[in-house]
Amino acid sequence: MPTVLIPTPLRRLTANQAKVEVAGDTVDVLLHNLEAGYPGIGERLLDADGKIKRFINVFVNEDEIRTLQGADTPLAAGDRVSIVPAMAGGA
Amino acid sequence: MTRINRDQLIALAKSQIIEITPQALEQRLGNGSSPLVIDIRERDEFEQGHVPGAVFIPRGFLELRIEQHAYDPATPIVLYCAGGVRSALAARNLQEMGYSRVESLIGGFGGWRSAGLPVTVPRKLTAEQKIRYSRHTLLPDVGEEGQGKLLDAKVLLIGAGGLGSPAALYLAAAGVGTLGIVDYDTVDLSNLQRQILHGESWIGKPKVESAKARLAEINPDVTVVPHREPITSANALQIIQDYDIVLNGSDNFPTRYLVNDACHFLRKPLVDASIFMFEGQVTIYHPGAPEEGISQGPCYRCLYPDPPPPGEVPSCAEAGVLGVLPGIVGSIQAVEAIKLILGKGEPLIGRLLTFDALEMSFRTLNIRRNPACPVCGDAPSLTELIDYEQFCGMPARE
Repeated sequence: MPTVLIPTPLRRLTANQAKVEVAGDTVDVLLHNLEAGYPGIGERLLDADGKIKRFINVFVNEDEIRTLQGADTPLAAGDRVSIVPAMAGGA
Repeated sequence: MTRINRDQLIALAKSQIIEITPQALEQRLGNGSSPLVIDIRERDEFEQGHVPGAVFIPRGFLELRIEQHAYDPATPIVLYCAGGVRSALAARNLQEMGYSRVESLIGGFGGWRSAGLPVTVPRKLTAEQKIRYSRHTLLPDVGEEGQGKLLDAKVLLIGAGGLGSPAALYLAAAGVGTLGIVDYDTVDLSNLQRQILHGESWIGKPKVESAKARLAEINPDVTVVPHREPITSANALQIIQDYDIVLNGSDNFPTRYLVNDACHFLRKPLVDASIFMFEGQVTIYHPGAPEEGISQGPCYRCLYPDPPPPGEVPSCAEAGVLGVLPGIVGSIQAVEAIKLILGKGEPLIGRLLTFDALEMSFRTLNIRRNPACPVCGDAPSLTELIDYEQFCGMPARE
């Protein structure tokens, strides 16, 4: 199964786990399965139309999915899916 | 096209531009209506002496770099070369770019010097500087030449807080000659857990003043320019224009979008970072500098086209931040700024470095320019600064 790396702001929704294993052969399927396993996380990642929010980036391994096949990007066992939200902190 | 020879070309250029005498230029330098004076000779000529306050842009790079120094085409500009010929030709080229107030110095630097006017001879390292920077100059990638570039460099820090503190301390220690600091806050007891620029005795006093005192203590070679005001759409271009590189250590989304857009319009590299709890992100948004072999990277809006709705992403003031975290992340920003100044190494452009202190892991993710980006894309729809508080639906305060 692919591993999803959960950013700090969302870890309270994954019982504080930084990494979770989630099934899914595309990014889209994986994100929906993530919501099924960790209710509440879906609405933080996806907008009302089910699209990934515009202040969140999803990477498969090292590459941002817009440079791959977007939400249809295929996943294989062992892939790492990183969720990287905008953060404003600096002070 | 009719063939014209060099003398005809020079005569043609001079008939199409305005020339200024050394005496008239000196008068204008003294009376506060100072134009932007640009030395377009080669580096070795510049280093042997130049007009005080002149910016160095060699002729070959003038059109490529002019916007970094004069964003407004109505900026009064005086160009000079060695004898007044190259600058006359160059002035004509700037006029083609829409610069309407370009003049060429009659007789060039030679004319200036023989009129007995003051000349600035750029620094050679003093005996004390040779000792102070010896661990730098020993490095083949720095050397005395690189140290000279650091001393000539102007870096602007947005915020003298968590990220700005370590960045300012290391850049000052490294001998970055001019450090601008934008911050209108005062030092608070709750800052001292991480903002290592400041100390107990400065609580309640302006951060820019605290920073200035601390940095002067570290390195008297550094000129600290305090900007004790919030950075806004009204002043951002003005403030940023005078610097070579911007380091972002701001703490809110409106300022992040503002600084991104302003840096892109002014074609300044932005060494950006943000922190949250135990996690940090760093990257450089670079508008591209083909003459230095740097191609355009993504900007903040390519990565984050829209800000999160207010309240969706908690701030450090709400969620907390490990005090050491900005120490790591701000230091990485300082490294990247120094690499850009030196022109060495692989700058963090098109790559987002993420750091997780709990896992103690660094990861590098590839990010790309979005051709549809409203600011840096192929057909930009945003060409001037906007109201960022309205855009983000939140005030520019943490």
